[in-house]
Amino acid sequence: MGVTTVVLAGVGGQGTILAGDVLAKVAVAEGHEVKLSEVHGMAQRGGSVDTVVRFGEEVFSPVVDRGMADHLIAFEIIEGARTLPYLRPGGRLVVNRRMVAPLPVLIGDLPAPEDLEQALVAGGAVLLDAEALACEAGSPRSANVVLLGAASYGLPFAEATWTSVIEERVPPKTVEANLRAFALGRHACAEGVCEL
Amino acid sequence: MSRTLLSGNEAVARGAWEAGVAVGVGYPGTPSTEVLESLVRFDGVRCEWAPNEKVAAEVAGGVSLGGRRTLVTMKHVGLNVAADALYTQAYTGVTGGLVYLVADDPGMHSSQNEQDTRNHAAAAHVPLLEPSDSQEALEYVISAFRISEAYDVPVIVRMTTRISHAKTLVEVGERSEAVGGSYASQPPKFVMMPGNARLRRIDLESRMTALEAYAETASENRVEMRDASLGIVTSGVAYQYVREALPDASVLKIGLVNPLSDRLLFDFRSRVERIAVVEELDPYLTLRLKALGVDLVDTGLPTMGELSPMAIAVAFGGKIPETREPIPDLPPRPPLLCPGCPHRGIFRGLAKMRAIVIGDIGCYTLAALPPLKAMDSCVCMGASIGMARGMELAGSADRPVVAVIGDSTFAHSGITGLLHMAYTGSSATVVVLDNRTTAMTGHQGNPVSGVSLGGAPAQAVDLEALCSALGAASVRVVDPHDLDATLAVLKHEVAEDHLSVIIAKAPCALIVKEHKDPYAVDEESCTKCGACVRLGCPAISYDVNGRAVIDTTLCVGCAQCVQVCRFDAIVQVGPSCDIGGV
Repeated sequence: MGVTTVVLAGVGGQGTILAGDVLAKVAVAEGHEVKLSEVHGMAQRGGSVDTVVRFGEEVFSPVVDRGMADHLIAFEIIEGARTLPYLRPGGRLVVNRRMVAPLPVLIGDLPAPEDLEQALVAGGAVLLDAEALACEAGSPRSANVVLLGAASYGLPFAEATWTSVIEERVPPKTVEANLRAFALGRHACAEGVCEL
Repeated sequence: MSRTLLSGNEAVARGAWEAGVAVGVGYPGTPSTEVLESLVRFDGVRCEWAPNEKVAAEVAGGVSLGGRRTLVTMKHVGLNVAADALYTQAYTGVTGGLVYLVADDPGMHSSQNEQDTRNHAAAAHVPLLEPSDSQEALEYVISAFRISEAYDVPVIVRMTTRISHAKTLVEVGERSEAVGGSYASQPPKFVMMPGNARLRRIDLESRMTALEAYAETASENRVEMRDASLGIVTSGVAYQYVREALPDASVLKIGLVNPLSDRLLFDFRSRVERIAVVEELDPYLTLRLKALGVDLVDTGLPTMGELSPMAIAVAFGGKIPETREPIPDLPPRPPLLCPGCPHRGIFRGLAKMRAIVIGDIGCYTLAALPPLKAMDSCVCMGASIGMARGMELAGSADRPVVAVIGDSTFAHSGITGLLHMAYTGSSATVVVLDNRTTAMTGHQGNPVSGVSLGGAPAQAVDLEALCSALGAASVRVVDPHDLDATLAVLKHEVAEDHLSVIIAKAPCALIVKEHKDPYAVDEESCTKCGACVRLGCPAISYDVNGRAVIDTTLCVGCAQCVQVCRFDAIVQVGPSCDIGGV
């Protein structure tokens, strides 16, 4: 098989790095060659952050160009829209409905973008409210794992592998909430049809 | 042997440990920081943050002199600071293996420039190894220690952001190399006064000549013959991009970048029809091949910024695949000061005073962006103080000039600048932003915060006493969250005709464990004046009616906004239903 590329796009502090780490470890557990790329430092102070996970038989580049991603998981809707050109035509798109206003919007220099949901749905997006599902799971901080659950339907990994990696990777006290969050995300977006 | 997913930086730490390193020392700097943060977790290795890279390089030089292996870590600009040590350590050579881990940042994800460390290696006459994934990072660090001792020279291992911060699978080993070592006095080798240095200069050339012979067959350099119609010479992460973009091309992958073996280059040239170089940043390999008279394919690839597989594919005639149309008119998302950041209080005051702010390297550089727009320059570590003195000498400023520098940056390179100010009779004003940590790089301890690498308590400098001893006539401590008091002290000290230091002391909002209750805007009282929004706090924005609104899930209760509201419209509320926290 070839290489599969997943891009996780979000805002610094949203937990994209942990989500990317879980995904990469799941791919390793299922016997794939894996590369994960992330950017630390200044961008993390509320800026855009992208994590790239690539897996397959033999992976060379840790990063990808526009049109090369097979999956895009957007933790925030503006970042989903910004990163959309990275997703190849026909690629799978899971987007959190939440908008985190960037500073130019906060201070009124630029308007908040409108109609992003329609544009993303036209691009094949499955939209969900990850924060609401995370609250339902019992931990508002597990929205990143909800999104992994939602994306997991399109990824070739066994549910048991996901749960064992999540158990191992998240803080012990939050294991149950995170497993519920994963299941809620996965079932909300069963077969790529989101109920929310 | 099972394989583990490690970042390049984690792999370097593992490699150093396996190589029996006794000491790791460095200064934090993205993308190098995690090397020592990983190494400190291994048994049998002493790890320390130094106040700057030069001190780190000197500590490492001492460990080497004492016969033990040592790793010194820094980002690319840190090597400029450490270069004074490195260039002469090349002459003295080593006793225990001495390896510099230097991480470059092509594309400037988190840096003020994008210099190419390969040039430093050539200029200092020291070997440089460049890995292209985490497995090689581990192996090359072990090689670097062996080369360092075998050829009596410090060795640079050069990383880039995509190697340091990419995780790839690594087969790890055990700590197997020799750890012991002893000191033997050898003044002709280590006392670099002219008579000795001249001899060591000659000796260095013979050591590098021997290394050039090693480079011809070194396992770190690898020829991969595939289709002989095109051969690519490449190194580092560019190798991975070439393999992705041009899977059929033959490749000479250079792992030992300095010194290069001319015979190796000529031999590869003779085996392929056309030859090209693909490298990130400066045309380092390109110029060497051109100097040898090799006729290279002109790729047109840029000599700045990051490369990518697509850029390389296109350079060799590939087509750009069909892509989706970008969604237009998306607002940019610049990084910003966090909710509750104490720096905001100082920069709000400086903006109100219309001060010319000579800034420095740290999170606070973000104050240059709207809406605060309160910084006029940022160049290099410690530059704020020297440049503010220069502005004073230029005498052209029609507004107050204030130097602003963080606590860790002050310890790094600000102390000598302040000493210069005192010595030369400056009446400047210097603000030290003491947020009790090295925040930008991920909250490392430093000599001002009194926290060691690994988190244990350490001796903290008395900043007030230090500034007084250096010669500041006035040293004032302010709480930057108290906006009126901060502004009053700033105005007072700027007006005084003496050298002033203002220490703005309040912990980074990200290291405060217990936050105060958040604030909210009382809709009835809000007049839509926008004073609170202009603080640039990510928790404050306008609602659809143009009134201010506070996101109580982001607010940490610093109360700066309360102080700028003239209508008492901002009130403290109970803990929020935290649905936004992720």
